[in-house]
Amino acid sequence: MPSMHTGTADPGLSEGPLGGALSRFASMPVVWRILSLAIFFTVWEIAGRSNFNWAFPSFSKTLMAFFEMLGDGSLGAAYLRTIEPLGIGLVIALGVGISAGVMMGLRRDVEWLGLPIFITMQAAPMAALIPLVTYVYGIGLTSKVLAVVMLAMPVITINSYKAVRNVPASAVDMCKSFMGTRRQQVFKIILPAASPMMFAGIRLGVAEGFSGVVLAELLITPTGIGDLITFNRSIAQYPHMYAVITSIVVFAVVAVTLLHRLEMTLFRPEKRGT
Amino acid sequence: MTMAKPLVAETAVRAEDSDAVITVRGLHKVYGNSTVALDNIDLSFMRGHLTSLLGPSGCGKTTLLKIIAGLLKPTSGEVLVNGKPVRGPGPERAFVFQDFALMPWATVLRNAAFGLEVRGAPKAEREDRARHYINEVGLAGFEDKYPHELSGGMRQRVGLARALAVDADVLLMDEPFSAVDEQTRRKFQEDLIRLREVENKTFILVTHSIEEAVYLSDRIVLLSPRPGRVADIMEPDIDRNVDPDLIRREPAYLDLIDDIWRGLRHYVE
Repeated sequence: MPSMHTGTADPGLSEGPLGGALSRFASMPVVWRILSLAIFFTVWEIAGRSNFNWAFPSFSKTLMAFFEMLGDGSLGAAYLRTIEPLGIGLVIALGVGISAGVMMGLRRDVEWLGLPIFITMQAAPMAALIPLVTYVYGIGLTSKVLAVVMLAMPVITINSYKAVRNVPASAVDMCKSFMGTRRQQVFKIILPAASPMMFAGIRLGVAEGFSGVVLAELLITPTGIGDLITFNRSIAQYPHMYAVITSIVVFAVVAVTLLHRLEMTLFRPEKRGT
Repeated sequence: MTMAKPLVAETAVRAEDSDAVITVRGLHKVYGNSTVALDNIDLSFMRGHLTSLLGPSGCGKTTLLKIIAGLLKPTSGEVLVNGKPVRGPGPERAFVFQDFALMPWATVLRNAAFGLEVRGAPKAEREDRARHYINEVGLAGFEDKYPHELSGGMRQRVGLARALAVDADVLLMDEPFSAVDEQTRRKFQEDLIRLREVENKTFILVTHSIEEAVYLSDRIVLLSPRPGRVADIMEPDIDRNVDPDLIRREPAYLDLIDDIWRGLRHYVE
């Protein structure tokens, strides 16, 4: 059916692989979600108890270690440290990335200037550049923020750019035909129509940002979560190490899910309650 | 041609000019450096009439419609609306899109009111007008639905309501029924005839369907492809104040379809 290609027809395509999977997971009955998690933790528990690897703790030990670190405040303190570069980095990556991507989509001259840079950034293994960043900016907060930005920004920018480019020409023509100004075309048609694909990029970017901050804390100087992982590994407290790793995974998943919720509330009224 | 009156008389042309809403003069459109989409088009569209632009694909009929709408610039020549040259889209013209061009994130009501929203009409006023036209196109009760909850035919009705709501003199329709299934299309065509009795508007309809053009039009402009030229102009002499099904069985209707097909055939082969 030839309709506008802005996402009503195929939610999987327009929201990106992550968004489609997320909405599917969110739409599952609660019982199934709990059951699938329960099965996963049971398998973990059995694997841990079978002693196939002495460094692999069972689920219950990991959970106990988690509550222990939560109780003595070490986990909370670590998260506070980690959130600083992550937060600053994501704000920069989102602000600069989205504006650059949208401008590249709207204007040929900006596209010509910016696109090669971001295509290179997206293709290059950014983690390999982290030592270089350390060399220039030292081991402080700046380097860690840069690590987050370098990993998060390319995918955000490229997706915003593609999203703007994929807005159906007829939708923009429609706004023009009713004498919409360029401003109205951008804010009433192009940005809302681009939002599903843009948010797919933002979700991927935020996930990359989490990788960036953990990489920075493992490669540059051990602080926050990275420190907690390295420290517990060095003193062979494996349940603690696994608890930290699991917690950051859960944290990232929750953050990305909340972002998906936000997108639905802000931009996709037609998907709410259906 | 017995069923269609050929337009040759000088007097007819002059009388028509005085009552023309839209006049197209010496229009050329060249894409790139060599593709001639339209070649020297001169046409007048009379107030209150429904004119179809009919022709095989590649004859430039949509290009012509978009130039009239002000969405495309001609390479040379000009379009006059109520005597004034077209520089871009204007309030006296409204466009109905082949792919509906609805906003999937907006309700039927907001979509139908969008033309007025862009023009800065107050919310209450534009929603009142939109409701009126949603009702007129037969979508009452669907105001709060979203486009994906509607069938193709219903979506195009929203597109039509949106175009009607801005109260333009001329409705430009770009193959409005081509993305709609056959049964819905017939119903839509019948409704359009009824709508014309209520709304005193000029319609320009782009179509590739001979039956549709003959069924609906006061006047049919046949375009030939590559380069797009006016091949023929006909005026179906069909009484549309009868039962819609009777029209499709009228000899005048059937003969004209045959005539046009004979004229177009060699472009297709």
